[in-house]
Amino acid sequence: MGSVAAFVPPLALPYISVFISVLAILMIAPVIMMYLTWLERKVIARIQDRIGPNRVGPFGLLQPIADGIKMVLKEDIIPAEADKVLHTIAPVVVVALSMTLFAIIPFGRNMAAADMNIGILFFMAVSSVEVIPVFVAGWASRNKFSMIGAMRAVAQVVSYEVPLAISLVTVVMAVGSLSLTKIVEAQSGWGGMHWHIFTPWGLLAFILFFITGTAEVNRTPFDTLEAESEVVAGFHTEYSGMKFALFQMAEFLSAFAICGMAVSLFLGGWNGPFLPSWIWFFAKTYTLFLVMIWLRGTFPRLRIDQLMNFAWKFLIPMTLVNIVAAALCLAVTPVISWPIATVLLIGAWMFFSTRELSTGGSIPSPSLVTDRG
Amino acid sequence: MSPLLVLVMLFGGLGLVFAGMPLVVSRIFAPRKPSASKLETYECGTQTVGDPWSRFGVQYYVYALLFVLFDVEIIFLFPWAVVYRQFGVMALVEMGVFLGILTVGLVYAWGTGTLEWD
Repeated sequence: MGSVAAFVPPLALPYISVFISVLAILMIAPVIMMYLTWLERKVIARIQDRIGPNRVGPFGLLQPIADGIKMVLKEDIIPAEADKVLHTIAPVVVVALSMTLFAIIPFGRNMAAADMNIGILFFMAVSSVEVIPVFVAGWASRNKFSMIGAMRAVAQVVSYEVPLAISLVTVVMAVGSLSLTKIVEAQSGWGGMHWHIFTPWGLLAFILFFITGTAEVNRTPFDTLEAESEVVAGFHTEYSGMKFALFQMAEFLSAFAICGMAVSLFLGGWNGPFLPSWIWFFAKTYTLFLVMIWLRGTFPRLRIDQLMNFAWKFLIPMTLVNIVAAALCLAVTPVISWPIATVLLIGAWMFFSTRELSTGGSIPSPSLVTDRG
Repeated sequence: MSPLLVLVMLFGGLGLVFAGMPLVVSRIFAPRKPSASKLETYECGTQTVGDPWSRFGVQYYVYALLFVLFDVEIIFLFPWAVVYRQFGVMALVEMGVFLGILTVGLVYAWGTGTLEWD
C-alpha cells in the first residue's frame, strides 16, 4: 500500500483498505460457492455409486458456470397473488447476509476482513437475521405450502440458535475474548496440541457446533424444509430461475461460513507448519465441508418433530452440561479436571440420548411389509 | 465513522448489489411470457382452497417464546464467558445458579409436554 498511500489523503486510507478487502471477498465468495456445488455433486455422486457431472468441461468443472447461465436465462414467474416486492427482495437479502458472514472469518494470518473484538456476537447476529428473509420468502409467495415451510424453517433455525450459541460460549471461556483472530492465535504453537478440539469440552463443543451448524443452514439431514420431496419445496416453492439460484447460493455460502467458523474456533484456524496460513485454512475448511457432504449422502432426513425434539431435548441439555464441564476444566488443573469432565460428558450423553425423543406414530412391523404372496 | 462500521455497511450494500446483479441480467435476458396457468399459486395441480394469509398453529409461537428465553440466557452467558478465567470457580457457582434456574424451566417445559410438536 506504500505506493498508493502517496496519492491518497491519509484520512481515507483505512476506508480504502476496507473497500478493497470487501471487494476481494465479494469476488472470491461466488467462485468458492460455485466450486462447492461442483464438489458436492461429484462427491454425492460417488457416494451413490455414480459419476456426477462430467460432460461440461474436464471432470464437469465448467458445470457450475453452465448452471449459472441456465438460471439467468430462466423465466422468473411470480404468482399473481404474491407480494411482488417482497418476493424479489427476500433472496437478495439472504445472499447479502450470507456474504456478510465472511467479514469476520480469518482466512489466514492477518487475513480477516474485519478483526472485530465482538466477532462471535457478529456471527450470531448475522446468522440469526438470516431467518427473516426466509420467512418473508414463504410469506410473500402466498402459498400454503410455502407458509408452512417458512414457519417450520423459522422454528428450526430458531431452535438450533440456542445450542449453537451455547456451544460457542465454551470457546469464549477458554480464550477470554470474542474476537475470532484472538481465538485462532490462542490455538497456535505446541505442534497443534492447543487446538480446542483436543480438550474434552472442545471435542464435544465441536461436534455440537458442527451438528447445529448443519441444521442452521438447512442441510441434510435437517433439510425437511427445502428438499424437493418435502412439503413440495418448502418456502421456495414459488421461486424459479435466478431467485431460486440465489437461495441455493445463500445456503452454500452459509455452509462454508459455518465450516470456516468451526475451523477457526476448534481446529486451530490457519495454524499449521511450513505452508502459508491461508492454505491451511482452506484445506481444513474444505475437509469439514466434505464431512458435511458425506453427512448429506449418508443420512436420511429427520422429520420435523424429530428435528425439534433433537434440538430441545438433546442438544440444549448437552451444551449446558458442556459449559459446566468446560468451566471445570478451565478452573481446576487438567490432571484432575479432565477425567471428571470426560466422565461427566459421557454420562450426560448416555443419559440424554436415551430419553424418548420422537413421539410420532407407529412404524408398521416388518411382517406386514414382506408379504410375498 | 469507524472503518469497521463502514466495512459492515459496505458488505451489506455491495452484497445487495452483487446479489441483485444476476436478477437484473435475468430481467434483460430471460423470457417473460406470463400465462394464466403459470401465474396460479401452486397446490399440487388443483385449485387452491382457502387463503394462506390466515391463521396458523400455536406451536410455532411456543418455540419462538422458548427461544427468546434462552436467547436472553445466552446474552448473559457471553460476557460471563469473556471474564470467566479471571474469576475462577466462584464465577462458575454464580452462573451455575442462573443456568440451574433456567434449566428448571426447560425441564418443566419438557415434562409438561410443551416441547411436543402437535
